[in-house]
Amino acid sequence: MSAILEIRHLSKAFGTNKVLKDIDFTVRSGDVTSIIGASGSGKSTLLRCINFLETPTSGEILFHGEDITGKNVNASAYRAKVGMVFQSFNLFNNMNVLGNCVIGQTKVLKKSPEEARENALKYLDKVGMAPYINAKPRQLSGGQKQRVAIARALAMEPEVLLFDEPTSSLDPELVGEVLDVMKTLASEGMTMIVVTHEMDFARDISSHVVFMEDGVICEEGSPADIFGNPKNARTKEFLARFMSR
Amino acid sequence: MILPERASDCETVKFINEVIRILEIYGTSYLRGAGYTLVFALLGTIAGCLIGFAVGIVQTIPTSERDPKIKRYIVGFVKTILRAYVEVFRGTPMIVQAVFIYYGGRYLGVTMDVYTASFFVVSINTGAYMAETVRGGILSIDPGQTEGCMAIGMTHFQTMLYVIFPQTLRNIIPQIGNNFIINIKDTSVLSIISFPDLFYVHKSVAGNMYTYFESATVVMAIYLTMTLISAKLLRLWESKLDGPDTFDLATTDTLAHTSGLYRFTHKRRGWTNERHT
Ligand SMILES: Nc1ncnc2c1ncn2[C@@H]1O[C@H](COP(=O)(O)OP(=O)(O)OP(=O)(O)O)[C@@H](O)[C@H]1O
Ligand SMILES: [Mg+2]
Repeated sequence: MSAILEIRHLSKAFGTNKVLKDIDFTVRSGDVTSIIGASGSGKSTLLRCINFLETPTSGEILFHGEDITGKNVNASAYRAKVGMVFQSFNLFNNMNVLGNCVIGQTKVLKKSPEEARENALKYLDKVGMAPYINAKPRQLSGGQKQRVAIARALAMEPEVLLFDEPTSSLDPELVGEVLDVMKTLASEGMTMIVVTHEMDFARDISSHVVFMEDGVICEEGSPADIFGNPKNARTKEFLARFMSR
Repeated sequence: MILPERASDCETVKFINEVIRILEIYGTSYLRGAGYTLVFALLGTIAGCLIGFAVGIVQTIPTSERDPKIKRYIVGFVKTILRAYVEVFRGTPMIVQAVFIYYGGRYLGVTMDVYTASFFVVSINTGAYMAETVRGGILSIDPGQTEGCMAIGMTHFQTMLYVIFPQTLRNIIPQIGNNFIINIKDTSVLSIISFPDLFYVHKSVAGNMYTYFESATVVMAIYLTMTLISAKLLRLWESKLDGPDTFDLATTDTLAHTSGLYRFTHKRRGWTNERHT
């Protein structure tokens, strides 16, 4: 299958603090890539660079073979094709659930309001939030907010969906409902990159696992390799710490 | 005829009679003056808010190293100019600005009538204050809102227009109201360029009839009425923007857009659902 995203020698520094060092990896259509690693290892920064919320210091990001880090690339048009789901939901507080899922379609994709509404309802239904179209974000629980955020991203019909610890700010009993939605998406062939501390999800759902430490990729491979037979000592140590919980 | 028992009672009756007399003669003048005050305070506040939002949006344009140099220079230059505008108009009294602009305009060959000059001064003054309020309001919105917009491909302008401004507006309504109430009172300084507002009427009445205290009482009462009613209306607007505390669940086919059986009441923390049939 063809590569959608190729990250080549990507580095990012905040001042003198080198957060990402020479990151290389490839995402193919239909891949579910889990990025795991200790806190502060640069997982969020990597994801944010991929979506251009941070500007990489050096390196290339190829989207369908085309470098999008160049100066005259339209960042907005690229972002519309690469969805993002945040740890803190970031739903638009001034709009209700339906509005959240419609605005990007009408303003960025220039769809008609009717078409956008129908499309939004389709994806809200998929995440089980269709009955809540009239609710404001402040009236929803964390799990519901995150499901709406996923529907909002899906409604843009992106080619890749990025998740930054989508369940980390949820109460334990709400984690399942969000993971279920993500499992469904994975089984339908959605291309996803997921930063997560949910090792069960990484092991059972993803097709590819990337382990990061101190801004470098220590080890990557299939979930069976990483979880069953890790080669790198640091990977072993990290997994031992996690699995013992 | 009531016979006053004490001198002070006598004074009170005299005072009330005077007030009634000037109201009979000048009632419509007072009302017209109050009308000018209210209309110009309102127009000035609206125009000032528009200026404030425009300045606020420019002052919060992000620039990154990715942008071409030219763009960064232009944005930086415009920001400096706007900064100067804000400082000059916040840092000088409106009464002096009125004189400066009204007479200074003539000096430069721009003749403005009193109304244009007054509208201009109130707007530009309010704009300077609102610019700071809007800038602070924009900065106080969670950066996650902007990132949410960027992540679905919205431009800076769309982000501002559809997501940041509506939330900023909601948050700064108290300050807009404050500015409106200040403008109702402070348009009185425009009488220095003969703007015929309520205070100007007071000055003429008092000058004609030598009834300073009586006229001042009437004018105080009118100003207070206007500000109290405005404050009340602003609070109504606020709660209208907040929308209802509850929402209806769409229980049947959502494509048919019906709302259903359950009403969710949002409490501060957590929420309850109760049946309402
Ligand atoms: N805007 C920023 N400015 C300066 N330093 C930053 C910035 N954002 C992140 N960092 C630094 O980059 C490093 C990596 O942060 P990042 O958020 O990518 O880690 P992470 O792997 O996502 O951690 P976590 O699991 O806690 O979310 C940290 O040391 C952090 O302090
Ligand atoms: Mg993170």
